[in-house]
Amino acid sequence: MDAHVTGNAHTEHSHPTAGLYFKVGLILFVLTALEVGLYEITYGERAGSLAPAIKPLFVPLLLLLSAAKFALVAMFYMHLKQDHKLFTGVFVFPMIIAVFVVVALMVLQAYHFLFARSG
Amino acid sequence: MTAHAQAAHLETSTGLDNRKVAIWTFIGSECMFFATLISNYMVNKGKSLVGPFPHEPWTSPAGQHFEPIFEIPLVTLGTALLLFSSLFVVLALSGAQRGNRKALIGWLAATIACGVFFVGMQVYEFTHFLHRGLGFTTNLFGSSFYTLTGFHGTHVTIGVLWLATVWVDAVRGKLPPSKSLNLEMAALYWHFVDVVWIIIFPVVYLIK
Repeated sequence: MDAHVTGNAHTEHSHPTAGLYFKVGLILFVLTALEVGLYEITYGERAGSLAPAIKPLFVPLLLLLSAAKFALVAMFYMHLKQDHKLFTGVFVFPMIIAVFVVVALMVLQAYHFLFARSG
Repeated sequence: MTAHAQAAHLETSTGLDNRKVAIWTFIGSECMFFATLISNYMVNKGKSLVGPFPHEPWTSPAGQHFEPIFEIPLVTLGTALLLFSSLFVVLALSGAQRGNRKALIGWLAATIACGVFFVGMQVYEFTHFLHRGLGFTTNLFGSSFYTLTGFHGTHVTIGVLWLATVWVDAVRGKLPPSKSLNLEMAALYWHFVDVVWIIIFPVVYLIK
């Protein structure tokens, strides 16, 4: 147990280097610029001939970009990639419940508006 | 904190510091808290009977015209600063763990400055919206928008105050590498506030 404890304590503190933090920061900045750029060419003042083609993909693309940003911050800045797996579990399990809550409420509302009110 | 008290925190069955397990558990519970607020916003999206609306202009039956209420460039700037603040706080933590007091104090001050700007941006935004006719009870959009972003803003404010207390400790020389966990806990909370905004920004401001 002692060796295990020592190992964990060591793992907890072997965090990435400043260079990696800057690279992740740059990627986060680029992904945010992509999100806003996507909005601008779809609905903004710069929306052009491409807008109708992008509209069906707009929401999935935005969700994908924000999921990527979320994962990058959690893995590298919150150190879940390096830290003890228990922390990942304590964070991910409620996240799964949270996603379930969001999806369940949206499905229930959609059902209510599509069927329950008319029936 | 004495050396004995510091060591006492490590005496857990997992071998992990109980304070770090506690902050992660708290963050887990906060995930579900914000999930309910985000759900509330999403299920009420587009169901307001009267304006002002987030993306569309609206004219009231009395003939009063309301422009779309969101100002995407300002919020984008706030979002970018919040993301940068996450970078700054890990650099501050890295400085604290290496015993680099100058980096710790400098990066932490930059983090706090970004947080203060973000809160200022939100105060400006709320005031601006109020002047443009969107109150808390004006419509479903107003109620769900102010509830979600207001709770997030409150979390940012708490984060700024928490980081400021750590910064004061650092300036006073009371944050040696052995106590860097004090900053790590505040930083974890700060990152969580950031990841919540990563979800709120597209869901509230960009998706029509």
